[in-house]
Amino acid sequence: MNVVKVDGKNSKHRVLLYALSTCGWCRKTKKFLTDNSVAHEYIDVDLCTDEEYEQICRDILERGGRIAFPTLIVDDSRLITGFNVDEIREALEIGNT
Amino acid sequence: MRFGRHWRLVTLEQVRQRAENDARTHGYYLNPDEEFLISLLEGLRENEERYGYPSCPCRRATGVFELDRDIICPCDYRDPDCEEYGYCYCGLYVRKDVAEKRLPIKPIPERRPSEKLARAYSKEDVTVSEKPVEEIKTTLVSEEHPAEVLKMWYCRQCGYVCFREEPPYVCPICKAKREMFSRLTVKIIG
Repeated sequence: MNVVKVDGKNSKHRVLLYALSTCGWCRKTKKFLTDNSVAHEYIDVDLCTDEEYEQICRDILERGGRIAFPTLIVDDSRLITGFNVDEIREALEIGNT
Repeated sequence: MRFGRHWRLVTLEQVRQRAENDARTHGYYLNPDEEFLISLLEGLRENEERYGYPSCPCRRATGVFELDRDIICPCDYRDPDCEEYGYCYCGLYVRKDVAEKRLPIKPIPERRPSEKLARAYSKEDVTVSEKPVEEIKTTLVSEEHPAEVLKMWYCRQCGYVCFREEPPYVCPICKAKREMFSRLTVKIIG
């Protein structure tokens, strides 16, 4: 599975993003994380094999999420579906600047 | 790579033209945020080159036409999403009032039924694709989604008929306004 690691000054939380390489909302999410210098990892699920994708779907469902992208997993515990800026800010403790 | 490049190459301009024409035909607008719009059009182009059809940029396609048919743009969920939220799931198509008043466009929940999402990743369910199309349709409408049985609408100006939850904003054939549509019911006599 191709996990892309993005460095950032803000490494308070462990951030994993399941995204689609073609999706506008996923692009916005990636940009938000980069603009706020959040260290994170992301996986473009449309570039994964079917087996890898199945594994990702099971992971999302086991965490109580829905199969939709972007899905953000913070500290291996909190799951956020969609580019919901306020919720992402709160989970990552990023102020409204 | 799980997909081979499709031979058909399309330009961004062609993708844009097609979306603009479709928006005009059905009384929608394209997302007024030019940068975001281009990212969606690029996603559509990429998918068309990958799979041979422009599936939704914000959903993962399988590459199996039968499984992806409902998410080929304009997807089956565009009209009910535009009706309820003012724009479709990816944000490409926007309702007139949202575009004109520049109302905020935020992410909306996925309307695609979870069985379809599951079928796209669970291997044992993929065999469903081998069933005849009619069989799949019948199960979805009558058994799994009794609430989603579509209504039939009739344009009183030109006679165009469509199956939708609500009538279109404009008639795609004669451009009559929504008010010109009447609900049709079918009665079998004899």
